[in-house]
Amino acid sequence: MKFGVVVFPGSNCDHDAFHAIGHVLQKPVEFIWHQSEDLHQCDAVILPGGFSYGDYLRTGAIARFSPVMKSVEKFANSGGLVLGICNGFQILLEAGLLPGAMMRNSGLRFICKHVHIRVESTSSPFTCAAQQGQILTIPIAHSDGNYTCDAATLKELDKNQQILFRYTSGDGKDDAAGNPNGSVANIAGICNRARNVAGLMPHPERAVEQMLDSNDGLVVFRSMIEALVGTAKATA
Amino acid sequence: MATAQTEIKVTPQIAAEHGITPEEYARIQEILGRVPNITELGIFTVMWSEHCSYKSSKVHLKRLPTRGKLVVQGPGENAGVVDIGDGLVAAFKIESHNHPSYVEPFQGATTGVGGILRDIFTMGARPIAVLDSLRFGEITASPTTSEEDAAKNRRILDGVVRGVGSYGNCFGVPTIGGEVAFEPCYAQNPLVNALALGIARKEEIFLAKAKGIGNPVIYVGAKTGRDGIHGASLLASAEFTEESQQKRPNVQVGDPFMEKLLLEACLEAMKTGAVVAIQDMGAAGLTCSTCEMASRGATGIEIDLAKVPQRETGMTPYEIMLSESQERMLLVAEKGREHEVLAVFKKWGLDATVVGDVTDGGMLVVKDHGRLAAQIPAHPLAEEGPVYNRPIAEPTPRKETENDWYKFAAEGANLTANFQKLLASPTIASKRWITEQYDSMVRTNTLAGPGASDAAVVRLKETKRALALATDGNGRWCQLNPKVGAMHAVAEAARNVATSGARPIAATNCLNFGSPEKPEVMWQFSQAIDGVGEACVALGTPITGGNVSFYNETLGKSIYPTPVIGILGILEDASKILKVAFRNVGDAIVLLDGATFRTPAPLQQARELSSSEYAKTIAGIVAGEPPAIDLHAEKRLIDAMVALAEAGTVRSAHDLSDGGLAVALAECCFASNGLGASVELDAAAAAEFALFGEHGTRAILSVAPEQVAAVLATARQYDLGALQIGKVTGDNALRIQYKGVAVVSAPIPTLKDQWAHSLERNLKIQ
Repeated sequence: MKFGVVVFPGSNCDHDAFHAIGHVLQKPVEFIWHQSEDLHQCDAVILPGGFSYGDYLRTGAIARFSPVMKSVEKFANSGGLVLGICNGFQILLEAGLLPGAMMRNSGLRFICKHVHIRVESTSSPFTCAAQQGQILTIPIAHSDGNYTCDAATLKELDKNQQILFRYTSGDGKDDAAGNPNGSVANIAGICNRARNVAGLMPHPERAVEQMLDSNDGLVVFRSMIEALVGTAKATA
Repeated sequence: MATAQTEIKVTPQIAAEHGITPEEYARIQEILGRVPNITELGIFTVMWSEHCSYKSSKVHLKRLPTRGKLVVQGPGENAGVVDIGDGLVAAFKIESHNHPSYVEPFQGATTGVGGILRDIFTMGARPIAVLDSLRFGEITASPTTSEEDAAKNRRILDGVVRGVGSYGNCFGVPTIGGEVAFEPCYAQNPLVNALALGIARKEEIFLAKAKGIGNPVIYVGAKTGRDGIHGASLLASAEFTEESQQKRPNVQVGDPFMEKLLLEACLEAMKTGAVVAIQDMGAAGLTCSTCEMASRGATGIEIDLAKVPQRETGMTPYEIMLSESQERMLLVAEKGREHEVLAVFKKWGLDATVVGDVTDGGMLVVKDHGRLAAQIPAHPLAEEGPVYNRPIAEPTPRKETENDWYKFAAEGANLTANFQKLLASPTIASKRWITEQYDSMVRTNTLAGPGASDAAVVRLKETKRALALATDGNGRWCQLNPKVGAMHAVAEAARNVATSGARPIAATNCLNFGSPEKPEVMWQFSQAIDGVGEACVALGTPITGGNVSFYNETLGKSIYPTPVIGILGILEDASKILKVAFRNVGDAIVLLDGATFRTPAPLQQARELSSSEYAKTIAGIVAGEPPAIDLHAEKRLIDAMVALAEAGTVRSAHDLSDGGLAVALAECCFASNGLGASVELDAAAAAEFALFGEHGTRAILSVAPEQVAAVLATARQYDLGALQIGKVTGDNALRIQYKGVAVVSAPIPTLKDQWAHSLERNLKIQ
């Protein structure tokens, strides 16, 4: 099993994702330079947070044209696990690997704080180790996290249980009160129809050690590891 | 014709228009042995500006302590460097970007952050934290501030906060602390002081010395444009007038994405081993980086401007040499290995061009398409600028009587309403609205972000250790007594580091003052230097670098003298960090007090309280004297805090500063999960003095009942007063009694609402 963390010019959470997987969870991980068309035979690819290409033009709009994205697309279309965190989520939207688009936060300001998100579906390789309805405390740090999509897409997302995480209040009762950025239906993270590509605005890699105030983010990476182990067993 | 401007003949009058005095002009001719051409005059003007040459401050800065056994690099390089153990060093420095932030708040603040970050990674250190010390004019209308001015101050604050955030967030360095305060004197001259911290392996530190005759000089990063020309000389080294808005083109424009690429490329290039020296192009751009590197290396540098990447056409040598375009670096590579360096920059998509080489003979030679544009001996240009021992005059002492001082409320009066007003004052209220706009967590090292502990604390992943940082500076106190005020700035920053559990080891300073041409301002400056120096010696925190910012005045009116001190500390065991929040119902609240003097007489209490945030907020009084300070007691308190953290006998710690005991107690409750406190005040002092007095050398601790005896014993060991003044309660209320009567009593949610939302309410932002 091997994870790959893509490095775009301007990625700045690449080292944090690397640390979470390589040091905290002790799994093999390497960086993949954006100009590489080779994914180094990784079993899962992470598009990390940051400001790829300075977020100029529109978040993720330039990064999607990086050479590495051709390979990521191929990898995703053949069932490989791809997780986009924050800027990585934005890139996946721009690349069309996930449906919908991102707008500026409703308050028009960058927000960095811990938020609560609820696991809406455990039937994905990104949430299979979590409990249905489990509430996670995970930080956000973004200007453009106001997820949106048309009504038909939202209906599809709902019907297919593609909404993996929703913002909510600390007690899990008031989703709108916990929504920091105005995203439609309080969506914090989604996956594609085939469930092998996911994106979320909160940063699970920032919540992997108790000394950082939360280790609730571990469950996302543990899910991916479980899924990969399961796949390996199935094909063995 | 690119050289048209070089043909302007320099006369004494043109020199005077550049701000060069007749004596300085004579000295320039003496160094050159001839009349300078216009490019050379421009080069001298920026290098000898107050901002670059420290000509008015040099004689005083010598009095600061700069040595210590952990100091690897003191003042004079791009940043100070201290040994933090395990083969690691920390590079850190604070710098001002005040004038640009008034003229163009967003860009002024971004380039302030960008500049200090470059200073850090120029040393070979990866930036791991940024703190910002900000001062603004009042953001609400008052007798001293019109609604129109308040609205303007709010816009400046908004622009500065967006600017700080935009740069640090994109660059990928956490902005983890600092402070924000408000006084009318900063209305037309806000202070934006940015501190950056980086770490490196000790043997990998880079210095800016151009060595090796024949080595190529390489220009890397953004292209040069016409922005920021004379930023250092015109913007930073002159006071403001009504026409200052016209200086907008002198403000540089920041591009954090470019800087992020520059960071990664520079650190990677340094790893090739082919880089000999490197310096960023900050103030005075290409001029400063060439002549300083040559001067430090006792060499010369020759460059040809035709090779400098340019964003605009038709730039003259004068403009190219003086441009302050951001995100540029100059480096010297080993001859024959330049291709290794160039390859790294190519990988990161950055311009990198050999523009010249290191020469023998100590001359800075600037050519333009092979034609000589300037030729100046590098060392005299960089190091032998004018030095002024400017006149000093103590201002006429204030004549005050007790009528000018705060009048205590009648004994037994309920002070809850005053307390609520104080909690909502912008200087004391929560800065959450600001700090949430900063990414405080990227790099996943932040153990204590804004407000969690008295200092900002970041762990060092490769070790058990963490670094703690705090900035402090009380302009009002320095206005009332610059020496004592400056001592408090050092003591408070050091105390904040210690109450996080870390041992303070070194300091950096940003000295914000009015015009040095005024004898009263120079007196304030000299007094403040004495205060900073004495305090740093007493507390064992040598000054490793920093910056002086003069001419902080508009239309002849100076700001309060505002030395801002940043103190760095080491926490040997990161898991022993102390935070502000109360943690358990029933814990004892212990007041640690190092004051060696008795409670002052009532009139003296009134005089001292008149310098406090409380007197200003409640009665509009700014008078009296800042509290007396005993530096030896401060040192004992610091040592005791480090020992207590190490022993693990306390559950939380918070120092007492703005707003005194009452505010500190409230903050411990606010940070907790629904806990309150019940406390009995010292009956020897007036109630308001005991509640809101701001004398230093104090901290409140929460302690498990079974540890109280051990904590009191430790306090005795360090010759400190320690008293259990109350208990942490579970009823979500703060109750403070004085002589058996509740003088403050309110539910925590009510108090917290005032404190937590005051800023955005005052900013009129929903």
